[in-house]
Amino acid sequence: MSPAPATTAEKTQPGGLVLLCLASWAIPGIGHIWLGRRAKGFVFLIALPLMFAIGLALHGRLFSFDTSDVLTPLEAGAQLGIGLTYFLAGPFGAGKGDVRAITYEYGISFLIVAGLLNLLVVIDAYDIALGRK
Amino acid sequence: MHSHLLMMAVFAFFVSLVFAVLAKDTAREQARLGGVMFAGFMLVGLVVSWLMFPFPLR
Repeated sequence: MSPAPATTAEKTQPGGLVLLCLASWAIPGIGHIWLGRRAKGFVFLIALPLMFAIGLALHGRLFSFDTSDVLTPLEAGAQLGIGLTYFLAGPFGAGKGDVRAITYEYGISFLIVAGLLNLLVVIDAYDIALGRK
Repeated sequence: MHSHLLMMAVFAFFVSLVFAVLAKDTAREQARLGGVMFAGFMLVGLVVSWLMFPFPLR
């Protein structure tokens, strides 16, 4: 009698889980692609950076971890959820924000929600790796 | 893109897409949930905007 095949949870080691979560955070959807959920992964890979890019195009501002205001670090943390894209935007001159633009608040909403959605994607990849889904 | 309605629709589309793909596994279920969620976002947005209409900012 052959042994039962190892589940995803049995194959995933703690170090692998950390790496999976980091990769999934850094590049949206990579965690799902890694775990064989390619279709879902590619949707996240396209949709989330595109949503973030639309936020930048709408003159949204990327917040820094400035503790002089209570809400600013929270907004920065939410935006940081998008991963490497957050760090790539600065050198390209994006994310300075233009408070005079009519789309400024919309842009910030796109940036924050894209980051928060990517954090949900990371949690989903973690659950899949543990065999919960 | 200066249309508030269009920006709301784009925002609702992306959020519905990601939630539907996260929550469901088959394309049919994802399309159904995504469609319902998108319609819900748009409907609630329009209803709330009309409710705010009698209360202008200035």
